Amino acid sequence: MTDPAISTTGLRKAYGKHLVLDGVDLDIPAGTVFSLLGPNGAGKTTMVKILSTLISADGGDVRVAGHHLTREAQAVRAAIGVTGQYSAVDGLLTGEENLRLMADLHHLGRSRGREQARELLEQFDLAEAAGKPAATYSGGMRRRLDLAMTLVGAPRIIFLDEPTTGLDPRSRRTMWQIIRGLVADHGVTIFLTTQYLEEADQLADRIAVLDHGKMVAQGTAEELKRLVPGGHVSLRFADPHGFETASQGLRPISREEETLTLHVPSDGGIRSLRALLDWLDGASVTVDELAVHTPDLDDVFLALTQESESAR
Amino acid sequence: MNALHDSATMLRRNLRHMLRYPTLTLMIIGMPIVFLLLFVYVFGGTLGAGLGQAGGRADYLAYVTPGIILMTVASATTATAVTVATDMTEGIVARFRTMAITRASVPTGHVLGSMIQTLLGVAVVTGIAVLLGFRSTTGPLQWLAALGILTLFVLGLTWLSAALGLLSPTVEIASNIPMPLMFLPLFGSGFVPTDSMPGALRWFAEHQPFTPLIETLRSLLLGTPMGDNATVAIAWSAGIALVGYVWARKLYNRDPAR
Repeated sequence: MTDPAISTTGLRKAYGKHLVLDGVDLDIPAGTVFSLLGPNGAGKTTMVKILSTLISADGGDVRVAGHHLTREAQAVRAAIGVTGQYSAVDGLLTGEENLRLMADLHHLGRSRGREQARELLEQFDLAEAAGKPAATYSGGMRRRLDLAMTLVGAPRIIFLDEPTTGLDPRSRRTMWQIIRGLVADHGVTIFLTTQYLEEADQLADRIAVLDHGKMVAQGTAEELKRLVPGGHVSLRFADPHGFETASQGLRPISREEETLTLHVPSDGGIRSLRALLDWLDGASVTVDELAVHTPDLDDVFLALTQESESAR
Repeated sequence: MNALHDSATMLRRNLRHMLRYPTLTLMIIGMPIVFLLLFVYVFGGTLGAGLGQAGGRADYLAYVTPGIILMTVASATTATAVTVATDMTEGIVARFRTMAITRASVPTGHVLGSMIQTLLGVAVVTGIAVLLGFRSTTGPLQWLAALGILTLFVLGLTWLSAALGLLSPTVEIASNIPMPLMFLPLFGSGFVPTDSMPGALRWFAEHQPFTPLIETLRSLLLGTPMGDNATVAIAWSAGIALVGYVWARKLYNRDPAR
């Protein structure tokens, strides 16, 4: 069972002349959360559609759950579950009927189907709305039902295409908890696409950044953050004199004359902060405001995707 | 076995849709009922006299009922195409495509559901014709044969309209494409005998699929001469069913647009 859950080599897809995926290589170990980050139109959804057998690729070798993507498509489908970007619930059916529909399609049998539907409704906090048509559900409820439907039949690999886009912060956190629970309790592999860097940071073991159909970076959140310089301390001075003194003594990355603010490189650690404060005390300059900025995935994302933006 | 099980599951889903959204089912029977009333009560006196042998309104009701029945079948094609096209825009069909289920079960469920819907519509419209005074002069065996041939034709037209629904990029287009089918009973022997029509139109009326179907129903319900109408009707139905089925399967197996 050391087979990767998903592996692709040289995956390519074009719509007419527009190259959407330009030779993507991936290796996702089983039981991990993999997050694909990228700006709108980077090819994230196309990637999910191909890996979930919804559309065909133009080239490359893909194996999902150890099966060849096109030659053993039904075996792949039996191992995966997909919650796409567009709500995949039947609006005219009730929440319970939607789940029972999935149970029927997985040939679970009457009593097991009913049992599983009841469990999932409970687990996803939908028991109260079980008898109402899904069309009347709120956005968050729909997403939960959508994910619950994906879980019927216990897939080993789950694709989540922007699962929290359009959800309010509370629903988003609920969703994150559910996703964490899936990995911890069932050991499933999760392939997650998102525009929210915080989401990838929160959930993913490994993150890849896709831009214009190419992988521009891959690694853990920590590894990616190390790729870009971004850690600094912002200091706003009380007077121009202190500002000038500090800008000569501290070798700032950048200075803003109007607001008397300096950005000084720093790893954000206590030791370096203390050294900085000691220096400021020694030079007797007055600082009005101090803010520590550690590099986050936003910096990584912007740096990596801007590079290719300017390269065009 | 799985194919049967999955198709039955999809059929249940489509029947639930029909129960919760009955507007389309009502639309199917609306038009034929309006035509029935219009033709029997407004034009019926004159048209009945035109049938020869001192015919009247009652004779025209008998003449037009098979045409109205076929009009109901034609009217249902729009509902089928719209239902299928609407469903294809739903995320849940994308979900079905990523599941290990029999692939053809999705269109098959639609076709079976639409056939039930169409035949129910036919039953209602026929019932209204009976209320207005329509009486069949034949027996149960002929009625059964009529139902059998009609069901085969419905199977064919439903697969064809499912294919049209799959072909349509939008629901609006799906509601327009089957429109010409609605007029075929009019440009056939549905409302007036084809020999009263001028040259080219008459040729078309005698060679399009609705005319042999209408004539077969007339023979089985009213005892008019059958000729080779039943054979031609069965051949048309089987041909349309085959083309519709193959085409719909091919369209469903394309990469979805969204």
